[in-house]
Amino acid sequence: MMRFVDEYRDADKARALSAAIAGLCEPGRTYTFMEVCGGHTHTIYKHGLEDHLPESVTLVHGPGCPVCVIPMGRVDDAIHIAERPGVIMTSFGDMTRVPGGRGSFLDAAARGADIRMVYSPLDALKIARSNPDRQVVFMAIGFETTTPSTAVTVLRAAAEGLRNFSVMCNHVMIIPAITAILDSPGLRLDGFVGPGHVSTVIGCRPYEFVARDYGRPLVVAGFEPLDILQAIHMLLLQIAEGRSEVENQYARVVPWAGNPRALRAVDEVMEPRPRFEWRGLGSIPRSALRIREKYAAYDAERRFDVPGGRVADPKACQCGEVLKGALKPWECKVFGTACTPETPIGTCMVSSEGACAAYYNFGRFSRRRVREASREAPREAPR
Amino acid sequence: MTSREEQVLERIDRARRRKARVREEHITMAHGAGGRATQTLIEAVFLDAFRNPLLEPLEDGAVIQVPAFTAPGGACARLAFTTDSYVVSPLFFPGGDIGDLAVNGTVNDLAVCGARPLYLSAGFVLEEGFPVEDLRRVAASMARAAAAAGVAIVTGDTKVVQRGKADGCYVTTAGVGLLDRDTRLGVARARPGDAVLVSGPIGEHGVTIMLARGELDIEADVTSDTAPLNGLITALLQATGAVRCLRDATRGGVATILNEIARASDVAVVVDEDAVPVRPDVRGACELLGIDPLYVACEGRVVVVVAGEAAEEALAALRGHPLGAGAAIIGRVAADPPSLVLLRTAFGGTRIVDVLVGDPLPRIC
Repeated sequence: MMRFVDEYRDADKARALSAAIAGLCEPGRTYTFMEVCGGHTHTIYKHGLEDHLPESVTLVHGPGCPVCVIPMGRVDDAIHIAERPGVIMTSFGDMTRVPGGRGSFLDAAARGADIRMVYSPLDALKIARSNPDRQVVFMAIGFETTTPSTAVTVLRAAAEGLRNFSVMCNHVMIIPAITAILDSPGLRLDGFVGPGHVSTVIGCRPYEFVARDYGRPLVVAGFEPLDILQAIHMLLLQIAEGRSEVENQYARVVPWAGNPRALRAVDEVMEPRPRFEWRGLGSIPRSALRIREKYAAYDAERRFDVPGGRVADPKACQCGEVLKGALKPWECKVFGTACTPETPIGTCMVSSEGACAAYYNFGRFSRRRVREASREAPREAPR
Repeated sequence: MTSREEQVLERIDRARRRKARVREEHITMAHGAGGRATQTLIEAVFLDAFRNPLLEPLEDGAVIQVPAFTAPGGACARLAFTTDSYVVSPLFFPGGDIGDLAVNGTVNDLAVCGARPLYLSAGFVLEEGFPVEDLRRVAASMARAAAAAGVAIVTGDTKVVQRGKADGCYVTTAGVGLLDRDTRLGVARARPGDAVLVSGPIGEHGVTIMLARGELDIEADVTSDTAPLNGLITALLQATGAVRCLRDATRGGVATILNEIARASDVAVVVDEDAVPVRPDVRGACELLGIDPLYVACEGRVVVVVAGEAAEEALAALRGHPLGAGAAIIGRVAADPPSLVLLRTAFGGTRIVDVLVGDPLPRIC
């Protein structure tokens, strides 16, 4: 038994919740919920959570995967910086395989660029300290979950007076993305499973417009499979009782008002960009952050000349439709044949939080055939 | 599931069976990770260039009939032959070093062919400036490992490259062994109804290396499981004649081996997550890093496929040996869906366990 892990993955509790969920579903009605966050998508596939849902409940995978929303032009800009003499480019592991117009970080590394994987922006700062004669750039990606750590890293670099560290800021905000989805035509959603980690920073209040103005319930949920099942149960209960509210399933971690200290650090270092190009979703006003003038010395986009070109998404790629939940991953024309995790065309196939990669890696099999085949096979008891 | 979705799945399945092609213009770290990129490189470059019936099965070693030497009873002697290079970083880590890793790795590649390992070669690529004291430590460790496995290192080679052209010390070992009994083992021999076992808790070597690099600020009481498996495998093969396939689960972990078996035998391998032995420290570290222990390298664990009716016998034989005390039956071979590894999760769901595209952890062995 691993404390704080196994109790949230208990198969008996899952079966009980599964029965309660089935009991709340009106016969003949279907329910479609979007889990906004890529971390949820990953959990759903990794644990086979859909096996616990009745056929009338469909989960649609939302845009909350940091890697998935990075447009090709930004990757090209980052590679342009990485290929300057003396530069060490650092980023999270997932980012290294995202294709730009001229290949990915991995390809740039094979051509000779010095690109290093880090687990935290503070690791990039360490690299900068130990390589004073090199320019170290951190390719910052992510929603509000990771933005505070980038902000704190910039503050620390400024406090130390480091002159060889800068950030290429690609931080994006979840609320404009949810709004874009709510406003996209032809989309039928009955409710949202709200992001857990993002909400530890921004709290639950910013989602209130979803329930109030759009009449859709939203339940902020944790990342263990039982958290998500419980959130789905809470959404169905709201619908059954005719309510549309913001509820917090993840109260063990998420305070209603968020984390004011983290928000202050972000506000000190960053400000909203007038517009930002999202992969697949297009240009959304005030949806991303840039480094403030005050910290210009730590802004890679100011320190290095970047082409800043816009690269159109590949024609065949339907990532945008997948990110909006309008298409299931397997409904995309190139899914699994031209676009695979080895040779991704779209970003959704890159990150383990991307809907296409999660479906390809974990869910790519016929549940009907497996059910039939497993009728004979007994389950191995743990010994 | 709609029939349209099933059609898409079949189309993907056909696409996956097509001949592998290397699209990249340069070698990337993914080509060395043991996952699909490595497999593609081997098939599209090496197999294409060297193609012959002994290489084609792409087992851990080749089994060669040697007509000149006859074994007792008049049959052809069968030799197993294998080679492996070691570039692990750091060179010394809790539970072992590049030296015993290089000996045990080649011993194990021979043992999983069903052979009795006999003779090894050792080639060294040394970087200018590498401490002689460290080289002595590596050599002493190789000597101890060879003695423990009952093999002799009988030939070798040394090269030195300029500073910066290598990272300290790389070791390549090759080995030959003799197949004493008429065992026929191979990844293509799994059949529906067979049982799948592992000889002990998984993922220890990979997690040890990851933590030994000191980049993660995580501490855990984990040591590498590097060990020679020939004794354990001999005990297993003596206990039952029903073993279909043996593989040591190194780079890419148990998941990668199971995928090779599923693909080569055209069967499904169904694993129960609850039944897979993982030490709590390893599980905790993997959980924190978001890595699945099924993909983490072992250097002293063997995956066994055995006829279903012999499963208990095989389990008892493994557990009767000190290196197999933590052995477990982890799953079963089924007919459908072919070429896939499925995991029945502890949460009560089912998912695929696919081949990794890249490795989060380069230079593990």
